Amino acid sequence: MGSLLQVLFDALSLGSLYALGALGIALIFGVMRLVNFAHGDVIAACVFALLWPSVDAVAIIFAGNLPWYLLVPFVLAIGAALSVACEALVFRRFRRANPATMMIASFALGFVIRYFLLMLFSSRPKSISLLPALSQPVEILGARIPLLQLITIAVTMAVLFGLTAFLRRTRFGLEMRAAAENFTMARMLGVRANRVIMGAFALSGALAAAIALILGSQTGTANIMMGASVMLMAFIATVIGGMGSLAGAVLAGFLLGAVATVMQVILPPDARAFRDAFVYGAVILVLIFRPQGLLSARGTRERV
Amino acid sequence: MSDLRADRISVAFAGLRALSEVDLKVTSGQIVGLIGPNGAGKTTLVNVMTGFQPATSGSVRLDGQDLTGLKPHELRRRGVARTFQGGRLFRDLAVIDNLEVTGVGLGLSRAAAIARAEAMLDWVGIAPLANRIAGALPYTDERRVAIGRALMGNPAFVLLDEPAAGMSAVEARDLSALIRRIAGTMGCGVLLIEHNVGLVLDLCHHVVVLDSGVVIEAGDPATIRASEKVRHAYMGTAADTNLPVLEAMA
Repeated sequence: MGSLLQVLFDALSLGSLYALGALGIALIFGVMRLVNFAHGDVIAACVFALLWPSVDAVAIIFAGNLPWYLLVPFVLAIGAALSVACEALVFRRFRRANPATMMIASFALGFVIRYFLLMLFSSRPKSISLLPALSQPVEILGARIPLLQLITIAVTMAVLFGLTAFLRRTRFGLEMRAAAENFTMARMLGVRANRVIMGAFALSGALAAAIALILGSQTGTANIMMGASVMLMAFIATVIGGMGSLAGAVLAGFLLGAVATVMQVILPPDARAFRDAFVYGAVILVLIFRPQGLLSARGTRERV
Repeated sequence: MSDLRADRISVAFAGLRALSEVDLKVTSGQIVGLIGPNGAGKTTLVNVMTGFQPATSGSVRLDGQDLTGLKPHELRRRGVARTFQGGRLFRDLAVIDNLEVTGVGLGLSRAAAIARAEAMLDWVGIAPLANRIAGALPYTDERRVAIGRALMGNPAFVLLDEPAAGMSAVEARDLSALIRRIAGTMGCGVLLIEHNVGLVLDLCHHVVVLDSGVVIEAGDPATIRASEKVRHAYMGTAADTNLPVLEAMA
């Protein structure tokens, strides 16, 4: 019972990470048809925002020392600001470009961010102690669950509910849903295109920052490559979920988390090193039977 | 009394002339029909008059004021709205959201947009469908949502692009009643593009017939019925598909 519960929490917390990442990608894809591969590097940049620039092996903590109620808004704001800057400085120039061009631009931007971090901080992973109180385990029905896992799951749920309410109940959310489905038509009807796109980038950046906080606390390291693995899984989740479908992205994120965790448990020990290969194999199977994704977004099928 | 005019509109795509010096005028409370065989340039004219497509030459005027080159949402704010073939709703959004987002786009506050959307759904007769997902509606209801959406800004003119396409006779009659109310009760000027010529001749005060981008006839329904040129235009194309048209004219 205890170990089963442990697997469940592992799956949920890993899935949370993927779901938050997938949501950040799907939000932007929805309004711009851009697959933003720089998203992973925004995640890494948010972790490094906690440190002073230095190439020393030992991290010099800066914002990381703030109490959590200042730290969290600070990192979220950094993520949102960086993401909005990406839009204003780079992606805005590509609004009319085709999706492949935009995707390549996003790769380039990702490299720029990554090498900028490399210049400031060097490529060595640095050990950081972010919110150390969260690594305390909590005992639930015989299973010892790290507090951070519970917080990760709770925060993800809160973000999902908050975002749903935001999209359903606010004017901005309404405009965003309309723009995500048919950007051209929304624009023709007077929806404020620039604000909607900026808003999507800000939200996406804040989601990247949330991932950065979770990853930083979980791993206790800052590494310029740390966003890349989440980004890859998150991208896969948006594809399985049906590009642009927010609900699909979240669902597929949790599904991937569950599959990865279950594989970790059921695969023979020798095969565990290849866990991700099995996960990707499962992805290929899903796409063979549902090439449009689990919940395909309407907007990708019909455009004005 | 307001009027919307297209003055000597020409549109050329890559050397092909889609419209040649087309004139058309709609006044408040009037229903003007725009008919013609497929490819005659009807939708192109509506696109030009609503800012969706630039004209190669000519102008669009509202009460004498030149509106040529304005964007669709700017024209909407000045009182020129339209519907699209097949509705083109936001299919993932609820019916009420489709109207609300239009209201917000017109500059209304959210509360005002919701109130207006509710009133409008009631007016076009689909209030009970407010919370249904637009993509799941039967197309007769979808058309009403599209018309409601076009009327959100209380426009002086509304251009309806094939609102009756695919409707049965009974459904088309209900739609006719709605269009009459738009012109009569709201005082809106209506430009109606329709393949259902019977419906147009029955409903419109004035009818303009386009063929290959040129106005070949214009006048009241009786004039159109009697016109040899119109008969010829429809006969000249695939005669089978135009049989109902010729019957309607008889």
